[in-house]
Amino acid sequence: MDLHSKQLWRKTAFMGVFLALAMICSYIEMLIPFDFGIPGVKLGLTNIVVVLMLYSIGTKEAFCVSVIRIFIVGILFGNLIGILYSLGGGILSFLVMALLKKGNHLGCISVSVAGGIAHNIGQILIAALVVSSHYVLYYFPVLLIAGLLTGFLIGLLAQELIVRLRFLTEKYHE
Amino acid sequence: MHRKFGKKDVIFIGVLLGICLIVLGVWYFAGGKQGALVVVTREGEVYGTYSLSQPQTVKIKNSKGKTTNVLVIRDGKADMKEADCPDKLCVHQKAISAENESIVCLPNHVVVTVTNSKKEGMDGFAQ
Repeated sequence: MDLHSKQLWRKTAFMGVFLALAMICSYIEMLIPFDFGIPGVKLGLTNIVVVLMLYSIGTKEAFCVSVIRIFIVGILFGNLIGILYSLGGGILSFLVMALLKKGNHLGCISVSVAGGIAHNIGQILIAALVVSSHYVLYYFPVLLIAGLLTGFLIGLLAQELIVRLRFLTEKYHE
Repeated sequence: MHRKFGKKDVIFIGVLLGICLIVLGVWYFAGGKQGALVVVTREGEVYGTYSLSQPQTVKIKNSKGKTTNVLVIRDGKADMKEADCPDKLCVHQKAISAENESIVCLPNHVVVTVTNSKKEGMDGFAQ
Protein backbone atom coordinates (compact mmCIF):
# COMPACT_ATOMS: atom_id res chain seq x y z
CA MET A 1 0.00 0.00 0.00
CA ASP A 2 1.44 3.38 -0.89
CA LEU A 3 1.99 6.10 1.65
CA HIS A 4 -0.64 8.43 0.24
CA SER A 5 -3.59 6.08 0.60
CA LYS A 6 -2.40 5.12 4.07
CA GLN A 7 -2.52 8.79 5.05
CA LEU A 8 -5.98 9.13 3.58
CA TRP A 9 -7.24 6.12 5.51
CA ARG A 10 -5.87 7.45 8.74
CA LYS A 11 -7.38 10.87 8.20
CA THR A 12 -10.78 9.38 7.37
CA ALA A 13 -10.72 7.29 10.53
CA PHE A 14 -9.74 10.31 12.62
CA MET A 15 -12.56 12.40 11.18
CA GLY A 16 -15.04 9.61 11.93
CA VAL A 17 -13.89 9.45 15.55
CA PHE A 18 -14.14 13.22 15.98
CA LEU A 19 -17.60 13.31 14.41
CA ALA A 20 -18.76 10.52 16.71
CA LEU A 21 -17.30 12.38 19.68
CA ALA A 22 -19.12 15.59 18.72
CA MET A 23 -22.39 13.67 18.34
CA ILE A 24 -21.99 12.03 21.74
CA CYS A 25 -21.37 15.45 23.29
CA SER A 26 -24.62 16.70 21.75
CA TYR A 27 -26.44 13.64 23.03
CA ILE A 28 -25.10 13.98 26.57
CA GLU A 29 -26.11 17.61 26.54
CA MET A 30 -29.62 16.57 25.55
CA LEU A 31 -29.80 14.05 28.42
CA ILE A 32 -28.73 16.47 31.13
CA PRO A 33 -31.42 19.07 31.69
CA PHE A 34 -29.47 22.33 31.90
CA ASP A 35 -32.71 24.15 32.55
CA PHE A 36 -32.06 27.76 33.46
CA GLY A 37 -35.59 28.85 32.59
CA ILE A 38 -34.27 30.94 29.77
CA PRO A 39 -34.36 29.67 26.19
CA GLY A 40 -31.04 29.01 24.53
CA VAL A 41 -28.80 28.73 27.60
CA LYS A 42 -26.79 25.55 27.16
CA LEU A 43 -23.34 24.35 28.12
CA GLY A 44 -22.18 23.78 24.55
CA LEU A 45 -20.21 20.59 25.20
CA THR A 46 -19.68 20.01 21.48
CA ASN A 47 -17.56 23.10 21.38
CA ILE A 48 -14.85 21.16 23.23
CA VAL A 49 -14.44 18.98 20.15
CA VAL A 50 -14.52 21.99 17.81
CA VAL A 51 -11.89 23.91 19.80
CA LEU A 52 -9.71 20.80 20.13
CA MET A 53 -9.86 20.19 16.38
CA LEU A 54 -9.23 23.85 15.58
CA TYR A 55 -5.96 23.69 17.51
CA SER A 56 -4.80 20.12 16.95
CA ILE A 57 -6.16 19.09 13.55
CA GLY A 58 -7.04 22.00 11.29
CA THR A 59 -9.58 24.68 10.44
CA LYS A 60 -11.21 22.92 7.48
CA GLU A 61 -11.61 19.68 9.39
CA ALA A 62 -13.06 21.44 12.44
CA PHE A 63 -15.59 23.25 10.24
CA CYS A 64 -16.69 20.02 8.52
CA VAL A 65 -17.23 18.16 11.78
CA SER A 66 -19.06 21.13 13.30
CA VAL A 67 -21.54 21.45 10.39
CA ILE A 68 -22.03 17.74 9.68
CA ARG A 69 -22.67 17.15 13.38
CA ILE A 70 -25.45 19.76 13.38
CA PHE A 71 -27.18 18.10 10.42
CA ILE A 72 -26.89 14.53 11.73
CA VAL A 73 -27.99 15.38 15.28
CA GLY A 74 -30.76 17.59 13.90
CA ILE A 75 -32.10 14.83 11.66
CA LEU A 76 -31.82 12.18 14.39
CA PHE A 77 -33.26 14.04 17.36
CA GLY A 78 -34.56 17.41 16.24
CA ASN A 79 -36.41 19.12 13.47
CA LEU A 80 -35.73 21.53 10.62
CA ILE A 81 -36.05 24.63 12.78
CA GLY A 82 -33.69 23.10 15.29
CA ILE A 83 -31.09 22.61 12.55
CA LEU A 84 -31.49 26.19 11.34
CA TYR A 85 -31.15 27.44 14.89
CA SER A 86 -28.00 25.41 15.56
CA LEU A 87 -26.47 26.36 12.20
CA GLY A 88 -26.86 30.05 12.98
CA GLY A 89 -25.01 29.63 16.25
CA GLY A 90 -22.53 27.03 15.02
CA ILE A 91 -21.34 28.88 11.92
CA LEU A 92 -21.09 32.33 13.51
CA SER A 93 -19.24 30.87 16.48
CA PHE A 94 -16.88 28.96 14.20
CA LEU A 95 -16.07 32.01 12.07
CA VAL A 96 -15.28 34.12 15.13
CA MET A 97 -13.10 31.41 16.65
CA ALA A 98 -11.23 30.66 13.42
CA LEU A 99 -10.50 34.38 12.86
CA LEU A 100 -9.34 34.98 16.44
CA LYS A 101 -7.16 31.90 16.36
CA LYS A 102 -5.60 33.03 13.08
CA GLY A 103 -4.77 36.39 14.67
CA ASN A 104 -2.53 34.33 16.97
CA HIS A 105 -2.57 36.81 19.84
CA LEU A 106 -4.96 34.94 22.08
CA GLY A 107 -5.00 31.58 23.80
CA CYS A 108 -7.67 28.95 23.35
CA ILE A 109 -9.65 30.05 26.43
CA SER A 110 -10.20 33.50 24.90
CA VAL A 111 -11.07 31.91 21.56
CA SER A 112 -13.59 29.66 23.27
CA VAL A 113 -15.12 32.57 25.22
CA ALA A 114 -15.61 34.57 22.01
CA GLY A 115 -17.05 31.45 20.37
CA GLY A 116 -19.53 30.92 23.20
CA ILE A 117 -20.79 34.50 22.96
CA ALA A 118 -20.95 34.39 19.15
CA HIS A 119 -22.88 31.11 19.33
CA ASN A 120 -25.60 32.65 21.46
CA ILE A 121 -25.76 35.78 19.30
CA GLY A 122 -26.16 33.64 16.17
CA GLN A 123 -28.90 31.54 17.73
CA ILE A 124 -30.90 34.47 19.01
CA LEU A 125 -30.71 36.24 15.63
CA ILE A 126 -32.06 33.14 13.86
CA ALA A 127 -34.78 32.85 16.53
CA ALA A 128 -35.75 36.48 15.97
CA LEU A 129 -35.96 35.82 12.21
CA VAL A 130 -37.95 32.58 12.60
CA VAL A 131 -40.65 34.04 14.82
CA SER A 132 -40.28 37.44 13.06
CA SER A 133 -40.31 39.24 16.35
CA HIS A 134 -37.81 41.38 18.20
CA TYR A 135 -39.21 40.23 21.55
CA VAL A 136 -36.84 37.30 21.46
CA LEU A 137 -34.00 39.77 21.88
CA TYR A 138 -35.20 40.51 25.40
CA TYR A 139 -32.95 37.83 26.88
CA PHE A 140 -29.94 39.01 24.88
CA PRO A 141 -27.96 40.30 27.91
CA VAL A 142 -28.44 37.04 29.78
CA LEU A 143 -27.32 35.04 26.76
CA LEU A 144 -24.20 37.20 26.40
CA ILE A 145 -23.03 36.50 29.93
CA ALA A 146 -24.08 32.84 29.68
CA GLY A 147 -22.02 32.47 26.50
CA LEU A 148 -19.03 34.02 28.23
CA LEU A 149 -19.22 31.70 31.24
CA THR A 150 -19.85 28.50 29.31
CA GLY A 151 -17.18 29.48 26.78
CA PHE A 152 -14.67 29.93 29.59
CA LEU A 153 -15.41 26.49 31.07
CA ILE A 154 -15.25 24.83 27.67
CA GLY A 155 -12.01 26.67 26.92
CA LEU A 156 -10.40 25.41 30.14
CA LEU A 157 -11.39 21.82 29.33
CA ALA A 158 -10.26 22.14 25.72
CA GLN A 159 -6.88 23.55 26.74
CA GLU A 160 -6.24 20.52 28.96
CA LEU A 161 -7.39 18.15 26.23
CA ILE A 162 -5.22 19.79 23.56
CA VAL A 163 -2.12 19.11 25.66
CA ARG A 164 -3.10 15.66 26.88
CA LEU A 165 -4.29 14.35 23.53
CA ARG A 166 -1.33 15.68 21.58
CA PHE A 167 0.24 12.21 21.38
CA LEU A 168 -2.89 11.10 19.49
CA THR A 169 -3.70 14.14 17.37
CA GLU A 170 -0.07 14.37 16.16
CA LYS A 171 -0.67 11.12 14.29
CA TYR A 172 -3.23 12.85 12.09
CA HIS A 173 -0.52 14.93 10.47
CA GLU A 174 2.01 12.13 9.99
CA MET B 1 1.14 26.71 18.52
CA HIS B 2 -0.45 26.15 21.86
CA ARG B 3 0.01 28.72 24.55
CA LYS B 4 -1.13 29.14 28.13
CA PHE B 5 -3.30 31.88 29.55
CA GLY B 6 -1.44 35.13 28.87
CA LYS B 7 -1.80 38.82 29.64
CA LYS B 8 -3.66 39.42 26.37
CA ASP B 9 -6.21 36.78 27.32
CA VAL B 10 -6.85 38.45 30.67
CA ILE B 11 -7.43 41.80 28.94
CA PHE B 12 -9.62 40.26 26.21
CA ILE B 13 -11.86 38.32 28.60
CA GLY B 14 -11.91 41.23 31.06
CA VAL B 15 -13.17 43.63 28.39
CA LEU B 16 -15.82 41.15 27.22
CA LEU B 17 -16.89 40.54 30.82
CA GLY B 18 -17.13 44.31 31.38
CA ILE B 19 -19.34 44.78 28.32
CA CYS B 20 -21.56 41.86 29.33
CA LEU B 21 -21.96 43.13 32.89
CA ILE B 22 -22.82 46.66 31.72
CA VAL B 23 -25.45 45.34 29.30
CA LEU B 24 -26.78 43.02 31.99
CA GLY B 25 -26.92 45.85 34.53
CA VAL B 26 -28.80 48.15 32.18
CA TRP B 27 -31.19 45.33 31.34
CA TYR B 28 -31.73 44.43 34.99
CA PHE B 29 -32.41 47.95 36.24
CA ALA B 30 -34.36 49.17 33.22
CA GLY B 31 -36.79 46.26 33.27
CA GLY B 32 -38.52 44.41 36.04
CA LYS B 33 -41.73 46.47 36.28
CA GLN B 34 -44.86 44.38 36.65
CA GLY B 35 -46.74 44.33 33.35
CA ALA B 36 -50.48 44.65 32.90
CA LEU B 37 -51.13 42.82 29.63
CA VAL B 38 -49.90 39.82 27.71
CA VAL B 39 -49.75 39.98 23.93
CA VAL B 40 -49.77 36.72 22.00
CA THR B 41 -48.38 36.89 18.48
CA ARG B 42 -48.39 34.11 15.92
CA GLU B 43 -46.18 34.37 12.84
CA GLY B 44 -45.48 38.01 13.57
CA GLU B 45 -49.15 39.01 13.78
CA VAL B 46 -51.03 39.82 16.97
CA TYR B 47 -53.22 36.86 17.93
CA GLY B 48 -54.75 38.42 21.03
CA THR B 49 -54.17 40.69 24.06
CA TYR B 50 -55.12 39.47 27.53
CA SER B 51 -55.11 41.06 30.97
CA LEU B 52 -52.65 39.64 33.49
CA SER B 53 -54.92 40.50 36.42
CA GLN B 54 -57.67 38.23 35.13
CA PRO B 55 -57.09 34.48 35.62
CA GLN B 56 -57.84 32.71 32.36
CA THR B 57 -56.78 29.95 30.00
CA VAL B 58 -55.95 30.92 26.43
CA LYS B 59 -55.95 28.28 23.73
CA ILE B 60 -53.68 29.34 20.87
CA LYS B 61 -54.87 27.82 17.61
CA ASN B 62 -53.12 27.67 14.25
CA SER B 63 -54.65 28.70 10.92
CA LYS B 64 -56.35 25.29 10.62
CA GLY B 65 -58.10 25.74 13.98
CA LYS B 66 -55.96 23.19 15.80
CA THR B 67 -54.86 24.13 19.32
CA THR B 68 -51.04 24.21 19.36
CA ASN B 69 -50.32 25.94 22.68
CA VAL B 70 -52.19 26.55 25.93
CA LEU B 71 -51.35 29.65 27.95
CA VAL B 72 -52.56 29.90 31.55
CA ILE B 73 -52.80 33.29 33.28
CA ARG B 74 -52.93 33.14 37.07
CA ASP B 75 -51.67 35.28 40.01
CA GLY B 76 -50.54 38.02 37.61
CA LYS B 77 -48.30 35.61 35.71
CA ALA B 78 -48.57 33.98 32.31
CA ASP B 79 -47.27 30.43 31.88
CA MET B 80 -47.21 28.17 28.85
CA LYS B 81 -48.78 24.93 30.08
CA GLU B 82 -49.07 22.86 26.92
CA ALA B 83 -47.52 22.68 23.48
CA ASP B 84 -47.86 20.13 20.70
CA CYS B 85 -44.22 20.35 19.61
CA PRO B 86 -41.77 17.60 20.59
CA ASP B 87 -39.15 19.67 22.42
CA LYS B 88 -41.52 21.52 24.81
CA LEU B 89 -38.96 24.27 25.34
CA CYS B 90 -41.67 26.90 25.79
CA VAL B 91 -43.43 24.80 28.44
CA HIS B 92 -40.18 24.58 30.40
CA GLN B 93 -39.70 28.33 30.35
CA LYS B 94 -40.64 30.03 33.59
CA ALA B 95 -43.86 31.99 34.04
CA ILE B 96 -43.60 35.64 32.99
CA SER B 97 -44.95 38.78 34.64
CA ALA B 98 -42.45 41.65 34.18
CA GLU B 99 -42.60 44.08 31.29
CA ASN B 100 -40.96 42.83 28.08
CA GLU B 101 -40.45 39.30 29.35
CA SER B 102 -41.47 36.71 26.80
CA ILE B 103 -42.07 33.05 26.12
CA VAL B 104 -41.19 31.82 22.66
CA CYS B 105 -42.37 28.67 20.91
CA LEU B 106 -40.15 28.39 17.86
CA PRO B 107 -41.81 25.45 16.05
CA ASN B 108 -45.25 27.09 16.20
CA HIS B 109 -43.93 30.66 15.66
CA VAL B 110 -45.73 31.79 18.81
CA VAL B 111 -44.43 34.61 21.01
CA VAL B 112 -46.05 35.64 24.30
CA THR B 113 -44.91 39.00 25.67
CA VAL B 114 -45.79 41.06 28.73
CA THR B 115 -46.46 44.73 28.09
CA ASN B 116 -48.01 47.72 29.79
CA SER B 117 -49.37 49.72 26.89
CA LYS B 118 -51.92 48.81 24.27
CA LYS B 119 -49.46 49.66 21.52
CA GLU B 120 -46.71 47.12 21.07
CA GLY B 121 -44.01 47.45 23.67
CA MET B 122 -41.23 48.85 21.51
CA ASP B 123 -39.91 51.23 24.17
CA GLY B 124 -37.72 48.70 25.90
CA PHE B 125 -35.70 48.15 22.74
CA ALA B 126 -35.62 51.64 21.29
CA GLN B 127 -33.30 52.87 24.01
